[in-house]
Amino acid sequence: MMSIPSDLKYTKTHEWVRREVDGTVSVGITHHAQDLLGDMVFVENPAVGRKLAAGEECAVVESVKAASDVYAPVSGEVVAVNEDVAASPEKLNQDPYGAWMFRIRPSEPAQLDGLLDAAAYAALVESESH
Amino acid sequence: MLKTTALNAAHRALGAKMVDFSGWEMPLHYGSQVEEHHKVRRDVGMFDVSHMLAIDFHGVGSRDFLRYLLANNVDRLQLPGKAMYSCMLNEQGGVLDDLIVYYLSEDWFRMVVNAGTADKDLAWIQAQRDAHATSVTVVPRRDLAILAVQGPNARARVWLARPELRAATESLKPFQAVALDGWFVGRTGYTGEDGFEIILPAGEIEDFWWLLNQLGVAPVGLGARDTLRLEAGMNLYGQDMDETTTPLESGLAWTVDLKSPRDFVGKHALEESHVTRNLYGVVLLDRGVLRAHQRVITAHGEGETTSGSFAPTLNRSIALARLPVQVEVDDQVQVAVRDKLLAAKVVKYPFVRNGKSLID
Repeated sequence: MMSIPSDLKYTKTHEWVRREVDGTVSVGITHHAQDLLGDMVFVENPAVGRKLAAGEECAVVESVKAASDVYAPVSGEVVAVNEDVAASPEKLNQDPYGAWMFRIRPSEPAQLDGLLDAAAYAALVESESH
Repeated sequence: MLKTTALNAAHRALGAKMVDFSGWEMPLHYGSQVEEHHKVRRDVGMFDVSHMLAIDFHGVGSRDFLRYLLANNVDRLQLPGKAMYSCMLNEQGGVLDDLIVYYLSEDWFRMVVNAGTADKDLAWIQAQRDAHATSVTVVPRRDLAILAVQGPNARARVWLARPELRAATESLKPFQAVALDGWFVGRTGYTGEDGFEIILPAGEIEDFWWLLNQLGVAPVGLGARDTLRLEAGMNLYGQDMDETTTPLESGLAWTVDLKSPRDFVGKHALEESHVTRNLYGVVLLDRGVLRAHQRVITAHGEGETTSGSFAPTLNRSIALARLPVQVEVDDQVQVAVRDKLLAAKVVKYPFVRNGKSLID
């Protein structure tokens, strides 16, 4: 069963976004994305301190099958990256919503309101699978 | 409309992710490609390869015909059941397909060709037959299915499932086969592990599949078949060679018999050809994943990866690459991976054989 937690926001490019209490947002790839890509074997995160524009290519995940870009869901600065995921990419398969990839401090927090909620993301996944 | 094998329902029942492979609906994996890969290296797995085509050759002159049709020399096949790997070439020396040919008797040879090339192969073979060997009958065997059971415990598990096969197959050496009661069991495979490839009536494969599955033989999809064969250093038709490359440029000079006086299709072109590149193994030293068609920069000019993947047994990325012939093992090279040049090393392949790394 495809998991789409209701407390997260989503992008059309299959990233999930979680607001943290310190005002940053964590970013990962969705259950649907890891399922499509298959066994993950390589993760390349953006450098801490890098300034990103919303929609910018900023990370790469590679499965046995294919490489896929990860896009910044909002503009801002990268404040942390998850070294555990880089060391063990299979965590993206095992626990996609626990395995965050990087954290951004948003420069335009209002952009978060423009992201998809769980229902809208579920509809997107549904439409793409037909 | 995709073609399906006799195991289509079984794949679905096992939760396979099905994909279009050369016009056939085939299982890519049954959950995890990497776990399936390890299962074959460490224990035993089974692959539905019924999309490949068995072609039988009957009649007086079959050997003479194959002697002309194939780049490797079927005269090497003297013991009934012996098998041989060969390329089938066009007049320019380009590879039409790579295949295995089995010798059963002077009146019966069997060939197994790739799924994606089967129709083209058959048309080519029939045209050659009409021109050169009208006494030979060419019979495509779409009524047969093919199951590969591979891994260190493959043979033992097959004998557990079908004890009556044991006596006839126990003494088979690698690249030997035996025909019995409509079944055809060859000690061949495409994974670098021990095992059998079993050709049997399509109506009998599903029962056998479930029996093996109950005995712990894991189903394995085409995804793991590709990483297993790449680690084993085996060429994939359409990637590592095709009609535009000769076997001499594809690491397959050992399969081309230019010594015997016999004539074969493509021989003249190979004799005239000037070989400037060959296939090499490449191991990535930096982090990342190699893929097919990435530029390789060497001290002797540029080349290209032809197959590349993450190698689960080695936990690093490897590739086959067509590089200038002056390149030597242990040379440092760079591979253009997306927007970066990553460090890599040229190695001898196979990379893995019988579960063990050969590159460290």
